[in-house]
Amino acid sequence: MSLTDLTIKGALEGLKKKEFTAVELNQAHIDAMAKHKDLNCYITETAGHALTQAAESDKRYASGNTLKLDGIPLGIKDIYCTKGIRTTVASRILENFVPTYESTVTSQLFAAGATCLGKLNLDEFAMGCSNETSYFGNVISPWKSKSEPNKQLVPGGSSGGSAAAVAARLCMGATGTDTGGSIRQPAALTGIVGMKPTYGRCSRWGIVAFASSLDQAGMFARTVEDTALLMNHACGHDEKDSTSSPREVPDFTQSVGQSIKGLKVGIPDEYRIDGLPEEITAEWDKGIEWLKSEGAEIVRISLPHTKYALPTYYIINPAEASSNLARYDGVRYGLRVDEGGNLNDMYEKTRAAGFGPEVRRRIMVGTYALSAGYYDAYYVKAQKTRRLILQDFEKAYEKCDFILTPPAPSAAFGIGEQIDDPIQMYLNDVFTVTVNLAGLPGLTVPTSLNSDGRPLGLQLIGRSFDEETLFRAGAAIEKCANFKAHPFKGDAA
Amino acid sequence: MSKISKEEAKRIAKLARIAVTDEEAEKIGPDLSNILGWIEQLAELNTDNVEPLANVANIDLKKRKDEVTDGDMQQDVLANAPESMEGFFVVPKVVE
Amino acid sequence: MSNLIKGNTGEWEMVIGLEVHAQVTAQSKLFSGAATEFGAEPNTQVSLVDAAMPGMLPVINEYCIEQAVRTGLGMNAKINLHSVFERKNYFYADLPQGYQISQYLHPVVGLGEIEIDMEDGSTRKIGVTRLHLEQDAGKSIHDQHPTKSFVDLNRSGCALMEIVSEPDMRSPEEAAAYLNKLRMILRYLGTCDGNMEEGSMRCDVNLSLRRPGEEYGTRTETKNVNSIRAVMMSIEYETQRQMEVLESGGQVVQETRLWDPNKLETRSMRSKEDAHDYRYFPCPDLLPLEFDQAYVDKIKATLPELPDQKKHRFTQEFGLSLYDASVLIAEQNRAFYFEEAAKGNDPKLTANWVINELLGALNKAGLDLSESPVNAKQLGQLVARISDNTISGKIAKDVFAIMVETSQDPDTIIEEKGLKQVTDTGAIEKIVDEVIAENPKMVEEYRSGKDKLFGFFVGQVMKKSGGKINPAAANELLKKKLA
Ligand SMILES: [Mg+2]
Ligand SMILES: [Zn+2]
Repeated sequence: MSLTDLTIKGALEGLKKKEFTAVELNQAHIDAMAKHKDLNCYITETAGHALTQAAESDKRYASGNTLKLDGIPLGIKDIYCTKGIRTTVASRILENFVPTYESTVTSQLFAAGATCLGKLNLDEFAMGCSNETSYFGNVISPWKSKSEPNKQLVPGGSSGGSAAAVAARLCMGATGTDTGGSIRQPAALTGIVGMKPTYGRCSRWGIVAFASSLDQAGMFARTVEDTALLMNHACGHDEKDSTSSPREVPDFTQSVGQSIKGLKVGIPDEYRIDGLPEEITAEWDKGIEWLKSEGAEIVRISLPHTKYALPTYYIINPAEASSNLARYDGVRYGLRVDEGGNLNDMYEKTRAAGFGPEVRRRIMVGTYALSAGYYDAYYVKAQKTRRLILQDFEKAYEKCDFILTPPAPSAAFGIGEQIDDPIQMYLNDVFTVTVNLAGLPGLTVPTSLNSDGRPLGLQLIGRSFDEETLFRAGAAIEKCANFKAHPFKGDAA
Repeated sequence: MSKISKEEAKRIAKLARIAVTDEEAEKIGPDLSNILGWIEQLAELNTDNVEPLANVANIDLKKRKDEVTDGDMQQDVLANAPESMEGFFVVPKVVE
Repeated sequence: MSNLIKGNTGEWEMVIGLEVHAQVTAQSKLFSGAATEFGAEPNTQVSLVDAAMPGMLPVINEYCIEQAVRTGLGMNAKINLHSVFERKNYFYADLPQGYQISQYLHPVVGLGEIEIDMEDGSTRKIGVTRLHLEQDAGKSIHDQHPTKSFVDLNRSGCALMEIVSEPDMRSPEEAAAYLNKLRMILRYLGTCDGNMEEGSMRCDVNLSLRRPGEEYGTRTETKNVNSIRAVMMSIEYETQRQMEVLESGGQVVQETRLWDPNKLETRSMRSKEDAHDYRYFPCPDLLPLEFDQAYVDKIKATLPELPDQKKHRFTQEFGLSLYDASVLIAEQNRAFYFEEAAKGNDPKLTANWVINELLGALNKAGLDLSESPVNAKQLGQLVARISDNTISGKIAKDVFAIMVETSQDPDTIIEEKGLKQVTDTGAIEKIVDEVIAENPKMVEEYRSGKDKLFGFFVGQVMKKSGGKINPAAANELLKKKLA
């Protein structure tokens, strides 16, 4: 078996047993990255950096003084500020930005011994569901459509580079961020595991802000257990983030393998939306059967305000984004387009040239929604609806322990198929945005390939700060689904 | 339903400090109208007596002690500046 | 008191409201740990948060919250147990985030009032609408380069209290009195140093005119008025300007104007209508600010006696005149000094010495009270020596001059220089007898009715004794002997 096909758990065991070195493990991934450059997963590759870190890991393995993630090669979504390593957010406006500081989440991961292979592509400023808005080009899914082998599939977004890289074995795990589904949806579309924890679990410090009340960091890996292990290090209280929770972080790996007997699984009526493809409903039903077979109890629940979640999200998200992105003004860092005019001309030209169409669109929608005369009708209305959505979940959790839903309304679609219709594109997040609005944890687990060879998965939604139940139930589904497909090894299922 | 005119589109772009050409403004109007129209389905929902929710974080506002623990990093602050001189950021002249 | 101004078409009344930005006295900034000291090298007191680097987040300084609450309590204002930080969105070179974190719909302090003192001794209450906490912007320098502006973010993120008054003032003098009193309160509380030259207290003036008894007119907001004198001048200028507009049948435009401290005029700031759409919304990086009444009460318990309370006590308890009391309470350490010096002494006499002698001497030497060579205990001792007749008031002035020079205790000086007043009647009688003996002619004239000469004898006695004789005792004896 190739080193790049190992799980993180397996790799850590191999390293401990000295079956291979961390340098070898990292080099194997660097070679894979070179081989699959066409997928455009990485914006910036940092092979030298990873090998230096790996050499340090090897010293620790030699001395027996190892760290929890020692030598494990990770990819970092290029929205995390990394000290001395260019951080672009896939935008022209930060094309040459080199932070002098390291985000809290990445510093925790590196402090645990993980290495950094590079900065992963994403939708510009994380605005997108298909990774087609990056200034550095589209990310291509490693998966192929059986019926149209020449068609390029999207990896989902916004953490498309992260998801595609983990699926394509170009790193063992990756960081992501999830504002409306940006971890869970691409995980589903690329057949891997993705976790967005409860709002406040991970520090947002050093992560480029998109929509601050919705943004959460999270992790991708190929197994539930690996994801749990990575989350152990990604989470934690941070004094520098006023919304970060002081709650203790449990060892999430302990949940993996625990029985789910007696757990109540909520199935929301409102998620059976019109026009949902048969294969998505079928996968959902399979999930229900798997959980039943593991001893869980199925409960019908109602989340009555679900249909208002997307419009609510598309007010709050652009409103916050329009304000968060005001700092990109060409004054202190980033692109400046100065054609000899006054300061205002410089602002307008810089921002017109620096931001792509989707970013400009959201800034304008957000600006409009907050502007005089519209604030109450849009922003305040959305905040009120947000409370109703939160209350829906609170009520539901009186009846169940977690919720099972599809993660996305379809399997991966082709590049270019939806990019011209923003609303069609926004609908991809229909099953994920509710979770961000309510600040809840969500986990996507891959379950199978559809008849066309495209991955399908399931989403588990938990109570606030109850990631443990999700890892427990996610591992149960993983066991039942026994998803073994490999994007480069044909249909291995 | 909101119909965003070309002029309105220009006003929003100006507020957001994004330069738009006449031609672009022509396209932005319908694009924004389309999205806002879709968003406006919220209006049908009765939200009387509902408290707005700004952030779900269920913790007290975090507070710092009044101590000097940061700053004194002029080099870092200016490291990425498009233009700087003698410790200042330099920008095109501001006319008041 | 009428403050009406006469125009060509009748009388007008000024309606004035003030917005004061007071920098909170704190070591570090409102949302970052960078220092706040004035006058540092550019961009050295800037953290990554203050420079609004990508991914940076605000964490609030708890001391600044306390200072805002303290200030609110000092203005007898309502303290809101729930308040919200919002973003005020606009673009400017020295506003790194592209928004200012401020408070809008829910400020930390609500309605309050400030009592102002007018020249004629009358007082008036001016309403305070609100006080809220917000970040300061950086500083742009426009006059160093023909085509460039320079930006220094040292001030960016410093905590400000914006204190907004009701439109309750009716004259430049009232505006000045309000600012004076507000500054005094801030200084007593220790929440702002009130230094207008360094910009730690800045003022915007809202002004409109109306016919007496009618509705408010359209107002203008004049910014950048950074001394109390400038506030008065800008009010006078703007009143004149608005009156001319109105009397010529025009309408005042609601706008932001700028005070030009060189040309001594206000001028319209380049129309920035769109900039007025600030798109406030709750800052998603910060949760609402909540505290309980116990927290407020705890701060209340530490509040010092405030200027007005002190003034009232000084007039009632010590019988001081309103004027003297006002002078003494103008600065908190002056009031402390006075009270310390007055311990066990005649308060009125002490007040005279503090106001006339001490402040006079300090003023002459260009010293602050905190640098005074004479401490309160020493001045009190000096006053005590006058009261117990150890020295005369005249000798006391000489002793005081030496005290200013040497910082010695008055008793030491009196002892060393032998300035003690002669109280032994035998010794006084001897001198009186000598004076009478030495001036037979004068004695004759006096006895023949030239009463005016009495002063001459007193003078001679004092001179002979080196001023050490109690003048009252000398008088009494002289009268007896000359009779
Ligand atoms: Mg104001
Ligand atoms: Zn202000």
